[in-house]
Amino acid sequence: MALMTLRDVTVAFEGHAAVEHVSLALRRGEYTVMLGRNGSGKSTLMRAMLGLVRPKSGQIRIGDGLRRDRIGYMPQKTQAQRDFPAAVEEVVRSGLINRMGRRVFYTAEEKARALENMRLLGIDGLRKASYATLSGGQQQRVLLARALCAADDLLMLDEPVAALDPEATEGFYSILRLLHTQRGMAILMISHDVRAAVRDADRVIVLDRAVRFDGAREAYAQWRKDNA
Amino acid sequence: MLETMLSYLQYPFMQRALIVGALVSLCAALLGVSLVLKRYSMIGDGLSHVGFCALSVAAAANLAPLVVAIPVVMVAAFVLLRLNERTRVKGDAAIAMFSTTAVAVGAIVISMTKGMGEVSDYLFGKILSLTDSDVAISIALCVAVLAIFIFLYHRVFAITFDEPFARATGTRVGALNTLIALLTAVTIVIGMRMMGTMLISSLIIFPPLTAMRVFGRFRDVSIGAGIVAVFCFLAGILLSSYFERMPAGACVVAVNAAMFVVFSCVGAVLRRR
Repeated sequence: MALMTLRDVTVAFEGHAAVEHVSLALRRGEYTVMLGRNGSGKSTLMRAMLGLVRPKSGQIRIGDGLRRDRIGYMPQKTQAQRDFPAAVEEVVRSGLINRMGRRVFYTAEEKARALENMRLLGIDGLRKASYATLSGGQQQRVLLARALCAADDLLMLDEPVAALDPEATEGFYSILRLLHTQRGMAILMISHDVRAAVRDADRVIVLDRAVRFDGAREAYAQWRKDNA
Repeated sequence: MLETMLSYLQYPFMQRALIVGALVSLCAALLGVSLVLKRYSMIGDGLSHVGFCALSVAAAANLAPLVVAIPVVMVAAFVLLRLNERTRVKGDAAIAMFSTTAVAVGAIVISMTKGMGEVSDYLFGKILSLTDSDVAISIALCVAVLAIFIFLYHRVFAITFDEPFARATGTRVGALNTLIALLTAVTIVIGMRMMGTMLISSLIIFPPLTAMRVFGRFRDVSIGAGIVAVFCFLAGILLSSYFERMPAGACVVAVNAAMFVVFSCVGAVLRRR
């Protein structure tokens, strides 16, 4: 059974249908890149998958032990966040709120989980540093660490490398590969970077208000040639 | 000088002003940290203008001011929050329309009933206008705001830093935002009669911004803003009582502005090291 199954899903954005009749399934441990031009409805579809917007029609089912509030979401960056006064560890730990229930403070175990994720992403040395003073690449690692605190099985990333320089982008991709291969994390990433999709992903989805392509990366390379 | 200032403390109206003012300052600062960082500072301004309208209507109808103003401003807070969320692009313009209309209606009502002479009390505040029920409400308000910041601290941080993420991981963002807006409404109604319509939003905006000049951690900004707010209020009101003709609200804002400059300098020095 898939982690998430979409059946004939239509989602509206500001009154207009952003994506129509989408059917697809996300499977455990699969690394999927979702491509598509601006305005193709990628972000809107992802928000619907997360339960942030209600689909106009169709069904989104969750399965295989996934909990909707345990998806590691990394939204597109906002202007307000860039100079937000928060320590790195405060931001990372905020990924733990879905585990808190009615508790008021984080447990030592939860704090250890946050620290472990910061170590994994190489930002544990920055944990007392102010988020606002970090470089774009470091900030993205902080947000990914937060997503990892929230996630058990599935990460959803909305254009995580959009504002990064080539070196930081490569660093970010290698972390995703590590999470995918070593931790068996399923990843759904929205991106404009075709090259990385073809290199790293198990599977590629091309969206343009509807699903134009959905298949393995090898098949995608062929499909691109045919549609060039 | 200090003796003169302390001698004022024996007057009941002064004691009320100190209690209400310090508590309201603290609440406004804590709520302000979240509002300012979410770019919702305009809401405080809008609510104070609606409050002006509500208070003038209450005065004209000979109703208890708080009984009318608190519910009206709460409704306005709810509406303004929705305006800001739904229509992102025109949100600030909508708030400006909303608040200027409220001021116009309030001014018309006052001029027809009490005469425009009273307007300045509404605009710049009057320390004598505080009653025992203000004291009771501000204590209750303060308990509520502190409870939220202690018991829901991590959730307040999460919705302030990143609403979509907080929502996706199961935080009830709408409920918490509404709670913050409603408490902001009460804070403004209580505070505006002392600080004035024109100046009350400074209690929301100044202390968080001042604290952010120096602190880089959300926890430190929150605690720092609370301390700065209470200190600036007490300093401002003592100043105004010493120079008898100075309005208290204006003095408090002036001290806040000075504190902002001081913190900016301290922050600049700290960053250079």
